[in-house]
Amino acid sequence: MEGANDSASKGACHCGGCGADNNGSFLNPTPMLDQLESGPWPSFVSGFKETAERTKKPMLRGVLDQLEYSYNTRMGYWKGGLVTVDGYGAGIITRYSMIKDKFPEAAEFHTMRIQPAPGLHYNTTMLRELCDIWEKHGSGIITLHGQTGDIMLQGIEQDKVQECFDELNQKGWDLGGAGAGMRTGVSCIGPGRCENACYDNLKLHLVALKHFIGQVHRPEWNYKLKFKFSGCPNDCTNSIMRSDLAVIGTWKDAIQIDREEVKNWIAAQGMDALVNNVITRCPTKAITLNDGEMEISSRDCVRCMHCLNAMPKALSPGREKGIALLMGGKNTLKVGVNMGSLIIPFMKMEDEEDYEAFLEKIEDIIDWWDDAGLDHERIGETIERVGLQQFLEGVGLEYDINQITRPRDNPYFKAKY
Amino acid sequence: MSSPERTWKTIESGPHTYEEALHPVVRKNYGKWKYHEIPKAGVLKHVAESGDVIWTVRAGTPRQDTVDMVRRLCDVADRYSDGYLRFTVRNNVEFLTPNGANVEPMIQELESLGFPVGGTGMCVSSVSHTQGWLHCDIPATDASGVVKSMMDTVYKEFKDMQMPNKVRLSTSCCAINCGGQADIAVVVKHTRPPRINHEHLSTICELPKAVARCPVAAIRPTVIDGKKTLMVDEKKCICCGACFGACPAMEINHPEHSKFAIWVGGKNSNARSKPSTMSLVAHNLPNNPPRWPEVTDVIGRILTAYKEGGRPWERVGEWINRIGWKRFFEETGLKFDENMIDSYRHARTTFNQSAHIRF
Repeated sequence: MEGANDSASKGACHCGGCGADNNGSFLNPTPMLDQLESGPWPSFVSGFKETAERTKKPMLRGVLDQLEYSYNTRMGYWKGGLVTVDGYGAGIITRYSMIKDKFPEAAEFHTMRIQPAPGLHYNTTMLRELCDIWEKHGSGIITLHGQTGDIMLQGIEQDKVQECFDELNQKGWDLGGAGAGMRTGVSCIGPGRCENACYDNLKLHLVALKHFIGQVHRPEWNYKLKFKFSGCPNDCTNSIMRSDLAVIGTWKDAIQIDREEVKNWIAAQGMDALVNNVITRCPTKAITLNDGEMEISSRDCVRCMHCLNAMPKALSPGREKGIALLMGGKNTLKVGVNMGSLIIPFMKMEDEEDYEAFLEKIEDIIDWWDDAGLDHERIGETIERVGLQQFLEGVGLEYDINQITRPRDNPYFKAKY
Repeated sequence: MSSPERTWKTIESGPHTYEEALHPVVRKNYGKWKYHEIPKAGVLKHVAESGDVIWTVRAGTPRQDTVDMVRRLCDVADRYSDGYLRFTVRNNVEFLTPNGANVEPMIQELESLGFPVGGTGMCVSSVSHTQGWLHCDIPATDASGVVKSMMDTVYKEFKDMQMPNKVRLSTSCCAINCGGQADIAVVVKHTRPPRINHEHLSTICELPKAVARCPVAAIRPTVIDGKKTLMVDEKKCICCGACFGACPAMEINHPEHSKFAIWVGGKNSNARSKPSTMSLVAHNLPNNPPRWPEVTDVIGRILTAYKEGGRPWERVGEWINRIGWKRFFEETGLKFDENMIDSYRHARTTFNQSAHIRF
């Protein structure tokens, strides 16, 4: 935390190799950006410069020049457009420079959104192939990963996009979403490493995104629709806030307790820690001590994850696992932040039949939104506008007391009589 | 744009398959993990029901990577983790190996390549962020530069585990806030209504779309010099910038008047308290590249107070809920002002509907 001003002032004197005379460098001077090369955190500016000096790609020089210009004028200079590949209506984020007379080398700087493997797992063969194809056709800049979950290959010219895509596609890569369609999904590491994973989110992610692949590539809805798949209520993908369809793993039965490990935990951490950091932090006071034995009342437990996080060796999720579906998460634009709210409290998610039942429900939900939603209206906004009851009725979902925090506090409704 | 000689027929394959990207030990123990430990900062040890162990070394990256940087990460993976690696949603890279002896050499190699090992447990993890001037078409600032400046100042907190609980940061280059909700978030806040380019508006914008985009109905059609265009009721306008996304001729960005705001208390995890959205605690900070010292100063104050006062497991928002907003502002030295009282939809839910008062 200290050192903010320190690194700022250090940055003010330019580093070696750059400066007005440029020392025969391929790049033009970028004194503002150079100040982001000092300090301990890895510098994207140093990275870009390294690749530019090695590959001598004019686009990289132009983009650094335009970025330096932005740092000086405090304005952005990219505008959108329409670039795509055969048969697709989305996946390329088009960027033309608004000041290409000044920086002709940065005239085009399009991004290809690529769908990574669920859980962001790679082997080096996959990743090296991706790098080689990208260096051949594009700038060499890669964002790992974008906010929606894509690999973002940044910086390609329009006439190279198709060829680059074809080579990537032959290696198993496909474009991600953009615009008013299904977007690329995000998953946490799930059963790949985590003991709390309550369903195979990597599998469901793959199955669901393949199912809706047409709508990923050819947007046709009111607005965007995002899936995120979190293995447990710790929600490491931030699905509740960042996705229209938040698929969060949970369980129905009792937390599994390893008594021996509870004893070991207390021996190591002490009884004070058990009381102060576990028992009193339970949001529903579901944990009690009974003659020194830790008891968890399953009827009081809301499956928040805290005690499991605090005592990972002693406690694990129950055996009857599945998913909860929350819907409507989105950020500010334009009604304000909307957190997802619970729609389906529990569904088993173990085999193909479960996946099919899930996808059928999602299709019904999307069909309803397609009819009831307005232009540029996220599904959570549509539900808020028409009311949760209308949504449930329209989709054919059951109402459930878990969908609310409490019954209504006003009498303004029309009852059946 | 299809070329006549194109021979490849597209396979709409969707996400890349993942099985071949999983370490064989991961594949063997898939879904059968028993528990994990954090033996030291930046290192995780997961144990499977079979007794197999997998070690993870985690390191920070700039997120705006290059092919050279990614190939270096691949070299590390080939040398120490059998050619497997993955990324976290906070842009950290992870190397998974069953060989515990590889952990220390891997840490040394990553550090020597400039990738800080850390980002685990009760730390300040890396920043979820947007594109900014590098690539976005509507940014008021840069993102990667703000992130680099912030992470330089919390480098130590990334590398150790001395915070009350994990701290998640985000930055966003416009009020849409693509960086998302976080314990502490840096988000652009415009302070002046859009400047309208009447010359171009009718040729590049769909007028009804821009009118419909406004959340407070401040945009109206008008005619200027015989051209159909739009006007903004500046008294109504809340400077959100929503119209700019629909109509580039409604320029909301301004080098002076697009400012920074700091928000705190966002939490997506369900652990303990329910997930919560962020509250505004500072605004009108200047957009001051290349190092944004006014922004990193506020972040530092909040983190210092939280580190000092937070109890074990309390996230930033939970800490504030306990000590109250009055003490939050006292302890951080930030100034509460009238703009922090909500005036938008559902504002009442943020009012104190009780006689619970802190003196």
